[in-house]
This record gives sequence, structure tokens and C-alpha cells, in this order.
Amino acid sequence: MVVNGNLELTYILTLVNNSMKMMKLTLNKLRISVLLGAVVAITSSCTWEPSDDFRPATFPATAEVFIDGFSGGLEYLPFEGSKLDAFTVDTEEFYAGTASMRFDVPNVGDPDGAFAGAIFPDYGGRDLSGFDALTFWARASKAATINEIGFGNDFGENKYNTIINGLRVTTAWKKYTIPIPDPSKLTREDGVFWYSEGPEGGDGYSFWVDEVKYEKLGTVAQPRPAIQNGEDVEVQTFIGSNVSVAGLTQTFNLVDGTNQTVTTTAAFYTFTSSDPSVATVNELGVVNIIGTGSTVITAELAGVKAAGSLTIESLGAFTAAPLPNVDANNVISIFSDAYTDVAIDYYNGFFTDGFQTTLGGNNLLINGDRIINYTELNFVALKTLNTVNASEMTTYHVDILVQEPEIKPDDFIRILLLDAGPDGELGTGDETESSFTIPSSDLASNEWRSFDIPLSSFPGLNTSNLSLFFFISDGTNTSNPGSITNILVDNIYLYR
Amino acid sequence: MKRRTINNLLNIASKLFLWAFSLTIITGCVDETQTVVTLNTPVLSEEFDTDGAPDPALWSYELGDGTEQGIAGWGNNELQYYTDRPENVTVQNGFLVITAREESFEGSPYTSARLITKDKFEQAYGRFEARMRLPWGQGLWPAFWMLGADIDENPWPGAGEIDIMEYRGQEPNTVLGSVHGPGYSAGESITKSFILENDRFDTGFHVFGIEWAPDYVNFYVDDVLYNQITPADVPGEWVFDKPFYILVNLAVGGTFVGSPNAETEFPQTMLVDYVRVFK
Repeated sequence: MVVNGNLELTYILTLVNNSMKMMKLTLNKLRISVLLGAVVAITSSCTWEPSDDFRPATFPATAEVFIDGFSGGLEYLPFEGSKLDAFTVDTEEFYAGTASMRFDVPNVGDPDGAFAGAIFPDYGGRDLSGFDALTFWARASKAATINEIGFGNDFGENKYNTIINGLRVTTAWKKYTIPIPDPSKLTREDGVFWYSEGPEGGDGYSFWVDEVKYEKLGTVAQPRPAIQNGEDVEVQTFIGSNVSVAGLTQTFNLVDGTNQTVTTTAAFYTFTSSDPSVATVNELGVVNIIGTGSTVITAELAGVKAAGSLTIESLGAFTAAPLPNVDANNVISIFSDAYTDVAIDYYNGFFTDGFQTTLGGNNLLINGDRIINYTELNFVALKTLNTVNASEMTTYHVDILVQEPEIKPDDFIRILLLDAGPDGELGTGDETESSFTIPSSDLASNEWRSFDIPLSSFPGLNTSNLSLFFFISDGTNTSNPGSITNILVDNIYLYR
Repeated sequence: MKRRTINNLLNIASKLFLWAFSLTIITGCVDETQTVVTLNTPVLSEEFDTDGAPDPALWSYELGDGTEQGIAGWGNNELQYYTDRPENVTVQNGFLVITAREESFEGSPYTSARLITKDKFEQAYGRFEARMRLPWGQGLWPAFWMLGADIDENPWPGAGEIDIMEYRGQEPNTVLGSVHGPGYSAGESITKSFILENDRFDTGFHVFGIEWAPDYVNFYVDDVLYNQITPADVPGEWVFDKPFYILVNLAVGGTFVGSPNAETEFPQTMLVDYVRVFK
């Protein structure tokens, strides 16, 4: 029988599949066909239609992950780039029983890997819907903060990926609880445990985790889900763009009186758009803007309204910036869909000097066209990953659309370029910078303006190690106010 | 209304059964010599069935921050100002709702409510119980308790105090039952805690009660009898031989529970389904 053939094949594949995630898709497909085959086999004696006997497949409700050894079906799959032997079973140091999981986080510069991280999946699937938390005991060789630890990562969809970001551990054994945002969703979960941790202050260390299991504590209570980290966020955008709901967290009060927040995924939530003619939102929390106007995206998790919201202000149809027509051979592109860009370190440095107010960065994607939107602009810097040698170039190009209804005579946008100097490092004293001010008369409200500024207009600037590309409007600067605070930017490039 | 009556009957029936069950345990295992009485004749049945302010024939309010009574912070450095406003106390959908709010009010940072039956319902001995759902979070301190009705002439702790239920919001699975009297008050009170296994007091309703007879006070939660205090257990005079009145309140902060912290969510509500007294 084909069914038997598949079963055998699945079994063999399971044996050889221990660390080959590439094969997992194939395996899952086979498993589905096995299940269908089983249903057909049951029902074939009387009818080929699905009968009342049909039951969805159920998976074992195995609670144990690692008590003194691997629970049935558990595998160890390290992340790419991690120290592959960071995990060992330690029979000297444990909280209870005879063994614990030991994780050796490497020092910075360890040739074996930059960090420690792995998933512990059970690809047979487990029904975790009867539990309310993943719990374990842990201690470390020194007080430390584990970057990510949780469940739901299976090197696949990671549909219900749920973690504590920054779990503080000490040198003493302590029990930790990772609450499940909505257990009813976890009728088949493969990713039962995972972690990722890097060196602390450059130094590696070890930590131990023991008695890892799912529990029905009955004391995980007072759920307080949030989207956008509980903030009411407003985004201005255009028809054809899409925006993802972010900052998804669930917080429970635990029996010791503390609150535990986990970072989680859209799959636990139900999203709603207050005006679906402006934007729709799908089950992954992706908002598709289809009309002009305003809509508010809200969410629920297991029937509890999530704190926070995402308001979409759709300005309507988007007019793209003029298409660049300079030969690519004569261009070093910083940000343009018309060329291949150099690598960008950041679109917004979010300088914490107490003066920068600017929000936003490379955050609009409209009909496949990437646009930078800076809001609450006073000044902002974009930084390339490596310095740019523009010594052969003659001109700086940028397209700017000012999203203010009115531009006042004193308004301006100053383009400031900063060269890191011969050593390519910032803050070493050999930097040069220079600026060019675009007057209000050259700007227009809600219309793209293209600027081609000769590099000779930036007096005193070296151009062999360009690093920072500033936009300055002083829009929120009370001592030197301009009124421009919201701009779109596209096609930043240097050419000859 | 009809369904509610049936539910009440069922509640009473199940309580009778559970109480009988508890008594069996006491007789069988705890102390074979103790006097056991069955107190099942209703004397008071406050079901909170009428929406609005609590029944003035049964309940009075204690208002303010305690200053007027000469005990600022109500003797425990509590932080709330008690009011009788519906924002702090009301009857809704069959429940007494006491709400603690974070708001600046008459110089206090929080408001809440405290109800008493002084001069309206006072009784010596009997079974006193309430079905309640408690609030949660650091610094919340709800209580269902009793004071000696002669407290005006016989100041605390001489008048005696029976705490049927006290709870700290930061320990959501633990309640305490205590007695205070002359020579055994405040930190020296006779007390015992009860821990709910695999559950907590802020997510569902639980029954908190005492059965009080001349020579003992038994403390129970739901169907579990967890403590008995007798004259032999108190290092001073046994003052639980005269009428007491009932208090229901939700305090915020104070020495017993500590102050709320940044994670304490307000408003916090305490629901009381009923207060019943039997003899």
C-alpha cells in the first residue's frame, strides 16, 4: 500500500533527518499524505466521503522537554553561525535528578562561533494546548542576561514563536516561567524550546537549564496583550503600501506577584481594521493600504483587547519620485531602487544627544518602491556600513517631497555630508563635514523636487570616506524654527 | 431572578454538603475531643441583588483617611481615602463592587471604600462567610473581617478582631485568617495562611468563612477547613464572647502589604457575591 510506503519512508526520514532542516518541508508534506491516507483507509470500507468518524489529527501532550535527558522526539539543531558544541548534557551540575542542559557561550572572537543558540524541536509535533507555561530552572556561572529564550521556533514558519527577551539569570538556581500567550492555539507545536545568547561584555560564560517542561500552573493570570508595545502609533502612507503591526507582546501576572511579558507573534491575535475601505489587515498583521483616509488597526488575543493601536493615515495615490536616468556605471547609489545600493548601517541614527527628535527611516514600501519617511524632523543622519569613496564623483543627488501643507519663507533643508577621514573611523579627529542649504523657494508642498548639488558646493569636504548623510530642517528646534518636519526622501546617489 | 434563586439554593446545598464533609475531617482526623456544631440556620443573607448603593439598612461607610478617627492611615499607614461614591462602591449585577482607584483625592493618592455593619448587624457566634473575587497587584489589601461591637468603649485591640480573610495582591494564591486581642495584636496576632494550589484568588470566586463558637474559631476557604483557634492558642484574654460587626474593605498600601509599585494596575476591583451569616 502507498500508505504503508509513506509511513516507512517517514520513519526512515526521521532517522536521517536529525539536523537537515532542508528536508523538513518534504517530511511535512509526506506526513500530511499519511494522515489523509489513514482517513481514507478508515472510511473506505463503507464510503469514500469523509464520515462522522473523521477526527482532526491529534498529537501527544508530552510535557517534558529535558528532565535528565532528551524527551522522546526531541532534537538539537544549532543556529547557523553559532558555536555548534555550545550545548552539552552536564551530569556534574544539575538542579534535580542526574543531568542538566549546559550552554557554553563563547568569548567574542571565538573561531568556533560568535554566539550560542539552538532550537530543540520535536518534529513529531506536540499538543501543548493543555498547558499554560513552559517552565525551567536555570543558573549561570555569572549574573547574565540571556538574549532570547522560549518556544515556537522550528526553523519553519515559527508561527507561534514566543520568547522572553533578556532573561536575567544569577549564579543561584531559580525557576523561570514562560507563559503561553493562548494555549488553545498550540494543538500541534514542533518548536518546544529554543535559545540564543551572545557574550556578555565580550566575555563568554556558561549557564545551565534543568527540568524543562510544560506545565498547567493554573496561576498564569490577568492577560494583558499589546500591539505596538502598547502605544498608539500613527503612520502616514499611501495607497499600495503595506505596514506590519509590530511590538506584539503578552503579559501575565504570575503566582509570585511579578508580571512576565513575552514577545510573541501575530498568529495568536485577531486583527481588525476600523475602515476596511482604507486598509485591510490579514492574519499575519500585515496592513494593506487600498484607499484614502484613516483607519485604526486594533487587535484581540484570546478575547482580550490588546493595548495599543496602529492608525493608518493614507494620503491616497502615491506619486513616485522622478526615475533617475544617470548611467549606473557613473553612480554610487546610497538609496535608490534604480541602482544597487551600498550597504546601509542605519537610516536614522536616533542620536541620543537630547536634541534629535526625528522619527522614521526606511519605512515605506509603495508598489515595490522603497521610500524614506522622516517625521518630527529636526535633523537626522543616514550612515553607510562602509565609507564611500566619492573622490571620482562630481555631484550629489537627492529627491525630496515636503509633506507640509505650506512652506514658509524661512524654511530650508540643509544637506550635510560628513567624511570619516583616512582611517574610516568616526570620532577620531580627522573627519571633515560641509553643508549645502536648499532654500524654501526651491521646495514645494507635496511635490517631488530633485536636487543635483555639485560636490564642490560642499567646501572643505573630503569625499574619499563619506560616512554620514544628514538632513536638517530644524523643524522642531524652538530656537531656530523651520516648519518642515515631515519629508519623503528617495534616490540618494553620487554620480559623475 | 428565578435562576439566581435556584443557584443560591444550589450554593447553599453544596455548602451544606461541603461543610458536613469538613466536619467529618475534623472529627475524624484533627481533634476528636473538640466540640462540633453545625451552624446552618440563616440569620443574614446579603445577596447584593439590588443595583445601586449598598443597602443602607445593613451597611454604613467609614470615610476618609482615618485622620478624623484619630488613626491617620487607618493605623497601618494605608494610602487610600475611603469614599461612598459609586466610583468606589456600588452594587451591580448581583455583586458588591469595591474599586480602588489611583487618583489624587483630598490629599491621598488613592481612593477606595470600606463598609461596616456596626449598629446594624452585630452577632456573637455563628458562621460568617462571603463569596468574593479579589483584586491583584502589589499593594492591594482587601479584607473581610470583624471587630468587637464594644470598640467605642473598649478600644482596639481590647475589643477583639477576627480577620476572616486578608490577602496581599502580590501573593495572589494566599489568604490569611487571624484573630487579634489584648496581648496578641498586630504583629503578634494569631494567624495562619492558606495557599490555593494551582489556582489564585483573583481569577474566580471563593468562599471565605469562619465558624465561631464560644471556645473556638474555625477558618475555612471553600470546602477546606485550614485552621482552628481556641482560647488555649491566645496568649491573652479570649475576647470572642460578645457581638462583633462585619467589615468589608479594599485598602491600598500600608505596612501589611507595602506600597503599590509601577506595575500595579489601577483601577482594581473586588467583587462580593454575597455575605451570609448562620447560627
